[in-house]
Amino acid sequence: MLADKDRIFTNLYGFQPWNLSSAQMRGDWDNTKDIIARGQDAIIEEIKASGLRGRGGAGFPTGLKWSFMPKEPREDRPSFLVINADESEPGSCKDREIIRHDPHKLIEGALIAGFAMRARAAYIYIRGEFIAEAKTLFAAVQEAYDAGLLGKNAAGSGYDFDVFVHRGAGAYICGEETAMIESLEGKKGQPRLKPPFPAGAGLYGCPTTVNNVESIAVVPTILRRGSGWFSSIGREGNKGTKLFQISGHVNTPCVVEEEMGITFRELIDRHCGGIRGGWDNLLAVIPGGSSVPLVPAEQIMDCPMDFDGLKAVGSGLGTAAAIVMDKSTDIVQAISRISYFYKHESCGQCTPCREGTGWMWRVMERMRTGDAQIEEIDTLFDVTKQVEGHTICALGDAAAWPIQGLIRHFRPEMERRIRENGGMMEAAE
Amino acid sequence: MVKVTVDGQELEVPQGATVLQACEMAGKEIPRFCYHERLSIAGNCRMCLVEVSPGPPKPQASCALPAAEGQVIKTDSPMVKKAREGVMEFLLINHPLDCPICDQGGECDLQDQSVAYGRGGSRYDENKRAVTEKYMGPIVKTVMTRCIQCTRCVRFAEEVAGVEEIGAIYRGENMQITSYLERAVNSELSGNVVDLCPVGALTSKPYAFEARPWELTKTMGIDMTDAVGTNVRIDSRGRQVLRVLPRVNDDVNEEWASDKTRHHVDGLILRRLDRPFVRKDGKLVEASWGEAFAAIKAVNAGSSVAAIAGDMADCETMFAAKALVSALGSNLLEGRQTGLKYDVSSLSAVNFNTSIAQAENADLVLLVGTNLRWEAPLINTRIRKAAWKRGVKVYTIGQDIDQSYKTQHLGNDASLVANLPADVLEALSKAERPMIIAGGGALAIDGVHGALLALADKVGAVKDGWNGFNVVHFSAARMGSLMLGYAQVGGIADIIAAKPKLAFFLGADEVDFTNFAGTVKVYVGHHGDKGAHAADIILPAAAWTEKDFTTVNTEGRVQRSERAVFAPGDAREDWSIFRALADTLGVSLGFDSFDACRAAMVAEVPALGVEGLADYGWTVPKLPSNPEAREIGTPIKDFYLTNAICRASPTMQRCSDELIHGVEFVEAAE
Repeated sequence: MLADKDRIFTNLYGFQPWNLSSAQMRGDWDNTKDIIARGQDAIIEEIKASGLRGRGGAGFPTGLKWSFMPKEPREDRPSFLVINADESEPGSCKDREIIRHDPHKLIEGALIAGFAMRARAAYIYIRGEFIAEAKTLFAAVQEAYDAGLLGKNAAGSGYDFDVFVHRGAGAYICGEETAMIESLEGKKGQPRLKPPFPAGAGLYGCPTTVNNVESIAVVPTILRRGSGWFSSIGREGNKGTKLFQISGHVNTPCVVEEEMGITFRELIDRHCGGIRGGWDNLLAVIPGGSSVPLVPAEQIMDCPMDFDGLKAVGSGLGTAAAIVMDKSTDIVQAISRISYFYKHESCGQCTPCREGTGWMWRVMERMRTGDAQIEEIDTLFDVTKQVEGHTICALGDAAAWPIQGLIRHFRPEMERRIRENGGMMEAAE
Repeated sequence: MVKVTVDGQELEVPQGATVLQACEMAGKEIPRFCYHERLSIAGNCRMCLVEVSPGPPKPQASCALPAAEGQVIKTDSPMVKKAREGVMEFLLINHPLDCPICDQGGECDLQDQSVAYGRGGSRYDENKRAVTEKYMGPIVKTVMTRCIQCTRCVRFAEEVAGVEEIGAIYRGENMQITSYLERAVNSELSGNVVDLCPVGALTSKPYAFEARPWELTKTMGIDMTDAVGTNVRIDSRGRQVLRVLPRVNDDVNEEWASDKTRHHVDGLILRRLDRPFVRKDGKLVEASWGEAFAAIKAVNAGSSVAAIAGDMADCETMFAAKALVSALGSNLLEGRQTGLKYDVSSLSAVNFNTSIAQAENADLVLLVGTNLRWEAPLINTRIRKAAWKRGVKVYTIGQDIDQSYKTQHLGNDASLVANLPADVLEALSKAERPMIIAGGGALAIDGVHGALLALADKVGAVKDGWNGFNVVHFSAARMGSLMLGYAQVGGIADIIAAKPKLAFFLGADEVDFTNFAGTVKVYVGHHGDKGAHAADIILPAAAWTEKDFTTVNTEGRVQRSERAVFAPGDAREDWSIFRALADTLGVSLGFDSFDACRAAMVAEVPALGVEGLADYGWTVPKLPSNPEAREIGTPIKDFYLTNAICRASPTMQRCSDELIHGVEFVEAAE
């Protein structure tokens, strides 16, 4: 249980204004100059020591990622920081809350992180549908410029740094880091082949690091309070605090900052008023946003909610967006809907995802109605395996995993539907 | 070098090679759709997956993965087999099974690879996707339902052709390849996307439903529609040439061909001269060979004979005509039909000396009086490579034409050549591999040729290992005709002044025939075009696909082409016409067969006997170098209609109407 004094996002619920003066009262932009004066390497070391892992889903150590950036960027090839605010994962809504109510944490983090990786500027790529949030962010960045916190000699540190806010156009795939870079460059948002990785050739061919909003927004607080404080929270390898977003069949869905490794039961009981209809009514949970496999009730209840804990039950932390489903849920329909989402959002660049997502969704729709054959479940599973790991980016994996999770845990339910529907398709005439 | 292991076989591959290339070096076939050696890597078809360790425990796209020291690559493991089957299945689920009515059938990558790497049956029971057709101009027929989104055509248009007019719209399974606003793809290279397309989505419109590849006889030829000397394969069935495709020759055309090269061949069966004609009472009437020859003998010209070679004349034809003219005691030979009279005392001064392949290594280019895009499209792609890939600066003097890359226009004034701005001069001097390229427009103005040679000398464009002085011709016959002496000091004006009683026009259609009013004009050619209209006697000859021949391209490359089909009707191969006529006129040419004709030609000009670049050395003639201040024109008014075959070709007519003159065509609704 996270103590109030250990919370990073102190205005998560917007009880106070988001503006600069209020943010400064909450401690943001407090002597940023001194943090920067520590020097690039010291900041990166501190972040490495804190054990911060990327909050966007993959959980790559943030400090390590920064250290891949060139130590002496060339004049004609500046480094860039790109901040991924294209939060489109079904179930996720943490970045939205940060930008709504605490944008200055993000902007200060952008300056510090940008300085640490010797970047010339940061681009914040905000999801197109976040209209009010984008307005807030534009205004907050302007406030920071007006106060001399960004631009030439940012925050009096002697470092020149710009922050640009770029609005997306509503494509989920633009949340993939290289697709985001393509989109920023004005092209069709399609992931690039890796290698080269963005740290070598990213935005406009220059070294680039792409970080999630939350990863960047926690940086100033970690540096103020020290890596020791941050790493004292959570479990080994899964340090710090995390914004959990709980939606679905709980009594009070919410976004809440908690320590990593809190058990699912504690998270729900303490912050969400329990499962609707009690714990016995819990069917399954998708613990990390739509792209991770679901976990059935009995396995998730006492599972620690962190990267390694959820990996152990065959799922993942993702963005920590827990979608809770009670026994009233049509689980096959739920997964079918997620399949439709991935079919809709596939960029169409590479074959397995372009063709596979449509195929999987169409079979899932028949699974929903039971208008299928039992063998088709195996075919479907095989198709998901043919997509997974064969694509340029991870969207193929993300489309495959929910279905794999369903078949792994709810095959009897799928078979029941098919049998009740007569067990065979009608002959086409 | 990097040491890798492919299927247990150790080998060394060059630094920077991809895993796919490493596998190919090991003799392993890697299936692919999107990967193409001459285009950028897209990595999107996922067909080339192989197992690589060290690496993630999943198959890797070998086309995009650099080979690294100590890599162990497996191309035949169960994982790879399954991955290929999977990708193949995905490619096929939305691909129509319309192979029987698909023009790609028999030469389809998807067909071949699904046999080799696919699974036996389909597990896909849903409806297939259908995509509306797109309009891509008069050359490219689209059946977009067959498209597998490999994006080769998109990358070709952007990278090689330099027209960003093909792209992908929508996403996921709705992704479609289309041309910008469905307008005609405005490129003289658009036909190449047909070859690039691995499936039947983009096929050749003029060739639609004409033939199956296995019915065709394939003959190695050299294209004669421009002076690039594109290496082609002539596909014929029976007596008809059905299509022309480029052959790979990295020194000349890589593996591209212009639309004119590909599609002028439907003109080969139209407006043909298939029997001799003799003008009687002002009208051309059909005659026998004997009557035609008798009519020539009746002129009784003595030594007052001339021969004028057209743009598509080959070396053997020109040699045979020359042999006849010489035997009659004349040396009135000319190939520059339109009146050009540049100095040819040194062939190196009128040659594309840098060579086509080396042109892409230039680090500065000056184009003078040339529309390179039309005069030599496949040299233009080389310059584009330099300009687009490496940002090489290109200056132009002459008409300001979109060359498909960024150019800096210095003006359209011939006198500029002798007075270049200081910064351009400095850039030229500093460049290590500068190229000065003069086109037909530049050579037409007195003094420009000399001024350019002086400029090349001044900026040091000719040095050890690099000759940056280039003349680009647009007539396939040009370098061969110059080597055979088809040049008078004053150009064709000298011939007109000599008032020959008899003149042979070897497929020469661009001559101003009004200047030959008192001459009996014998047209030796294959198409009823301007030359035939003006002629007094017509001797039907063979087109370039109907004879063996030698030709020399603008860089002095001697190449040989083979006969694909026979000439129609009474038409004969050109050399034999002159040989037979010699008997009638009572002279001897010294050869009785094609081989003997060629041997005699080689004996006279040994360079024509060796395939490859002819060595002209480097000598600079003394020429006037003060061009007058006047505008420079371009020799080609209509890219698609430059010769008699093109003018007879409905496809070329359509291209000209639509792409150059903007005529709108309404497609019949189906």
